[in-house]
Amino acid sequence: MEKEKIKKGKNAGSFRELSGTLWDNESKVLLPLESLDKLRLQERNFRAGLSTASALILAIVTGIFITLVIASLPSIRATGFVFFTGSTWDPVKNIYGTLPFLVGTVITSFLALLISVPFSLGVSLFLGEYYPKGWFSSALRTAVDLMAGIPSVIYGFWALLILVPLVRSLEMGIGVPAYGVSILTASLVLAIMIIPYSASLGREVIAMVPKNLKEAAYAMGATRFEMIKMVVISYSKSGLFAATLLSLGRALGETMAVTMVIGNSSILPKSLFDPGNTMASVIANEFTEAASTTYFSALIELGLLLFLLTAVINIVGKSVMKKLNVVK
Amino acid sequence: MKETAIRNRIYKNNLIKGLVITFALLCVVPLISVLFYIVKQGVGSINWDFLVNVPKPVGEEGGGIANALVGSLIIVGIATLMAVPIGVAGGIYLHENKNTRLANWSRLSTDVLMGVPSIVIGIIAYFWIVMTFGSFSAFSGSVALAIMMLPVIVRSTEETLSLLPRQLKEASFALGVPYHKTIMRLVLPCALSGIISGILLSVARVAGETAPLLFTSFGNAYLNTHPGQPMQSLPLLIFNYATSPYEDWHNLAWGASFILLVWILLMNFFTKLAIRKWRITY
Repeated sequence: MEKEKIKKGKNAGSFRELSGTLWDNESKVLLPLESLDKLRLQERNFRAGLSTASALILAIVTGIFITLVIASLPSIRATGFVFFTGSTWDPVKNIYGTLPFLVGTVITSFLALLISVPFSLGVSLFLGEYYPKGWFSSALRTAVDLMAGIPSVIYGFWALLILVPLVRSLEMGIGVPAYGVSILTASLVLAIMIIPYSASLGREVIAMVPKNLKEAAYAMGATRFEMIKMVVISYSKSGLFAATLLSLGRALGETMAVTMVIGNSSILPKSLFDPGNTMASVIANEFTEAASTTYFSALIELGLLLFLLTAVINIVGKSVMKKLNVVK
Repeated sequence: MKETAIRNRIYKNNLIKGLVITFALLCVVPLISVLFYIVKQGVGSINWDFLVNVPKPVGEEGGGIANALVGSLIIVGIATLMAVPIGVAGGIYLHENKNTRLANWSRLSTDVLMGVPSIVIGIIAYFWIVMTFGSFSAFSGSVALAIMMLPVIVRSTEETLSLLPRQLKEASFALGVPYHKTIMRLVLPCALSGIISGILLSVARVAGETAPLLFTSFGNAYLNTHPGQPMQSLPLLIFNYATSPYEDWHNLAWGASFILLVWILLMNFFTKLAIRKWRITY
């Protein structure tokens, strides 16, 4: 359809209109419809517009960084390094130690990663290796796509009403204080949320494995599992690592679902069943309440930390993926 | 001896296959559970009144989500209007200028922007817009969402353009067509499917974002269409009402979740349709 359009020049405009020229039959020359100067000006403006847009993206990211740094200066000056090592967060007494949130963020992200790895690896292998074609695998692919599309606030709502009671009954079963809202609950939701992301990245990495390597392994008499272990996994090791890293970046910054089920307690958590807080959830909860300058700026320093962490993780993960030609 | 070794290997092979299938299928359980609960709890509260009324205070029957529905449409609409031109132009620049210094830095920025947590974008929109104008506003929410849409649009534009054959442009230049007209009238129409699907994807991605709206568009219990004032949106309404202790408000949140989910799934469906309808074969 499009092909015809291009041929007939409906979409593209006629040659005469496009080139801005007119064939003069008497003098046998192409006469410009508009003056060449005007065309040149238009062209220069167009190119300038393109590079402005590109520069604007760069400016936005630089601006984000600079704004965060400037806004967190009061807190950096007031708290210094204690910001990272202090375990008391008490805005009333003007004490800002973020260790509980750092610990909460690290534990929830890594636990979520740990839970999600077998599942996302399972999906990647299922779609990339065992059943790459057929209605069943396309149904699973659609399902994973759907999972990626569900907003985090809906996951949070679902977790609040379904997952929290489940965890509570588990806690009652093993005899710990049954809050229901806990670091474990948050990790479970996070795991569910990052599975589709790491699974789709993993599937692309696994699809990159050359066919003749796999055939060679089969020709040597390897079973499918041995082939996967020796060829697929070892060939796509760095890609799978990058996929995990990128999902870690996602997990670090995820806010809403975590805020709804983690319990929002600023005390250093002692076990997985304790309520906690993450950097993102504490910002979400306290940003609009922060009255004093230092309090406000301490929250922004957390945001700066999140920005730097995810930026580094993303740059490293993306560069590995680009080297493998998975993402351009 | 040899036979048992082979049997062991086959056994191990089958075991791993079983594990892979089990784990892959278990992934779908949460999805089914989420969909099941949202449909079960949400569908009941959907009716005309639900769509055209604003929420009522606790204790009163009825009430709807009109304010959030209108707010979401306005906030996402303004964000799209801001993000699309910049994103598409940026994508064209990145494709046309592969290795200039600006292109490299801008590509890196896109990567970074793709991973910035949405809550950080919220802080930024608060500083840039809310502090400047002195009040929470729908517009500041739109700015936050637009920043989040940018990298997706840039990426999809760049990738779609790189799929087009080079000869298309060369033929146009050979005929003496100026650069800007080649891009605007020939390259862009050919790449329309990819660009539109990228835009739809980015809209679907930000339509459910809550964190950046917490301190920008802020939420509003009444219907408001003025972008300079606080405005309610679907995700914010779900967050506020889901975390409230009242049963009535939970029902409202379930209904809103259902609408939001249908909206986002429809966007995804249209993306697939756009790709199929405008797919170009050479």
